[in-house]
Amino acid sequence: MWARLWAIVTKELKQLRRDRMTFGMIVMLPLMQLMLFGYAINTDVRHVPAGIVDLSQTSYSRQLFQMVSATQVVDFTQRYYSAQAADEAITRGEVKAVLLIPADFSSRLVLHPAFDHNREYSPLTRPVAQWLVDGADTMVAAAMRSLRNMPLTELTAKGVTLTAPSFEVVQYFNPEQRSVVNIVPGLLAIILTMTMVMFTSAAIVREREQGNMEFLIATPVKPVELMVGKIVPYVFVGLVQASIILSVGHWVFAVPVRGGLDSLLIASLLFIFASLTLGLVISTLTKNQLQAMQMTVFILMPSILLSGFMFPYDAMPIPAQWIAEVLPATHFMRMVRGIVLRDADVFSLSKDALWLLGFTCVGVLVAAKRFNKRLE
Amino acid sequence: MTHAEIALKADRLTKRFGQLTAVNQLSLSIERGAIYGFLGPNGCGKSTAIRLLTGLLIADEGEVTVLGQPLAGHEEALKSRIGYMTQKFSLFENLTVLENLRFVAAIYSVKGVQAKKRIDELLQLYGLSERQQQLAGTMSGGQKQRLALACATIHHPELLFLDEPTSAVDPENRRDFWERLFDLSAAGTTILVSTHYMDEAERCHGLAILEHGIKRADGAPRELMQSMSANVVEISGDSLRQVKQRLSALPDVISAAQVGNHLRVLVSKSVDDAIGLLTPFSDNYDLALVRPSLEDVFVSCTGGRHVG
Repeated sequence: MWARLWAIVTKELKQLRRDRMTFGMIVMLPLMQLMLFGYAINTDVRHVPAGIVDLSQTSYSRQLFQMVSATQVVDFTQRYYSAQAADEAITRGEVKAVLLIPADFSSRLVLHPAFDHNREYSPLTRPVAQWLVDGADTMVAAAMRSLRNMPLTELTAKGVTLTAPSFEVVQYFNPEQRSVVNIVPGLLAIILTMTMVMFTSAAIVREREQGNMEFLIATPVKPVELMVGKIVPYVFVGLVQASIILSVGHWVFAVPVRGGLDSLLIASLLFIFASLTLGLVISTLTKNQLQAMQMTVFILMPSILLSGFMFPYDAMPIPAQWIAEVLPATHFMRMVRGIVLRDADVFSLSKDALWLLGFTCVGVLVAAKRFNKRLE
Repeated sequence: MTHAEIALKADRLTKRFGQLTAVNQLSLSIERGAIYGFLGPNGCGKSTAIRLLTGLLIADEGEVTVLGQPLAGHEEALKSRIGYMTQKFSLFENLTVLENLRFVAAIYSVKGVQAKKRIDELLQLYGLSERQQQLAGTMSGGQKQRLALACATIHHPELLFLDEPTSAVDPENRRDFWERLFDLSAAGTTILVSTHYMDEAERCHGLAILEHGIKRADGAPRELMQSMSANVVEISGDSLRQVKQRLSALPDVISAAQVGNHLRVLVSKSVDDAIGLLTPFSDNYDLALVRPSLEDVFVSCTGGRHVG
């Protein structure tokens, strides 16, 4: 039993070593994704290309233009001479937003409470200017809405009046609000989902496609030896990838690893096993590598979109949360963020840990039941 | 002949794939140490029959007895006593010859010193010693086939199944290969081999001719040739194509096929005077009754549907 298992494991490792493409993917895939997402994904919207239509042409309007530029939320790249031209520019996609300063800007300004504190808000208070925004991208639109209540006191040169906020917000775990801190641990879940599911499903289907399986099932090898022997090498692959992601995340993106490495190892192993068994199940359902790949993508998409990697889990509608709960990635996402960012340990995350364990057991049973040593 | 001497026995084996009956009521019995051949055109059910006999497929009807044990329920136990060489090369192309042999040895629980000895022996026997570090995928058809045979026999199987082992091999390698098979047979291994080559089939001790999953004939090649249900007439002369056209139309002519400058005509045995029947249609030609070949047996069994 052990001799056969060992033979399969070493055979698999030798094949993996000779398969340069796969070997390269094990290392390059996490590195590339990490660089790509680490630098590219940023939910703090800055430098939105914008235009201005200044119908007022006063020193106040030019000051307002300077103030808005100084926020860095927008970069004014274009100047238009009518509201209509601005509309067309947005339609063309030339700019995402246009600041429209009306001709009566100065008279609106002096009546505005944000300019003159002696005035009170009334139903007759009119905004001083208008933003035209391409609202299709909600992220950009939200950034533009944040400019709605911009204080205008700087325009008065009367000195700044401070207002007390209603709430003080204390931001735990990510005080600088860098999105990369949340993304790197999440990326671990996504990359492992992708590679683990893909490698195992392809590894078994490939043997069937190339005819190795027909020989293997005519030998005394047991299905469970074959399954476990196929999985074990990829457990190491998964751990290598996890180390790459977390260390690069730590050294390049300064993502803190607060939790214990033992908790991290246990959580990663649980998730790697769950993903590998998912790959096994896929391999018993599909006939060729292309189908296996398609099934992997079918699993991967919801793992990216619903697991909490892209959008907060709690903001999703209830049915979507149910779907998310089925995916191993959702549970691992919670665990790994908890461990890496909040110094949680596996025991305080036992619900997710148990779920992954259960998923693995059920997966192995299903795969072993579906895989029989027959050709049909 | 006692029961113990039968290595493989099948009784009315039937396998259907949807509408298609791939193997139909196949019964056979192979003596220990014999080389038994399945001869038939592509798609006649040879591979399916072998897969049924090895337990890779489950028969819809019928029973198989392998090495004295019923196959049903004992598939796994029997797998360590049989060897199977697939039609397509099924070893690992990105492992070396040696790695493949070591892997297969471990799978069959051949261990340690014994495994090393056996592997060296096989490398020597199949002329692969120089190539043990070569990747299996980079070898020629003949070398791959020898490696596959080495792997299939690494555990000294009592019963060996070979599914079209020589389809990707040149004639010289085929001769060599058959020498190895006779060695194995002499050492007591029972071999079942499928082929569509007549010369190979002729080397077998026993032979079944399969067509559409049905066994059309069974026996030693020589017996089959003698007991054939047709006489063979060889016609020589010019413009044989036209003669062939004319003769093929006769109801008692099973087939007419050109071989070089001869026309080989199979005439049903119900006709007493075969030459007399053919003479009116082939004036000025030389006609002679000749000894039937295995191909003639095959053609007469399958009604000439696959040849000529």
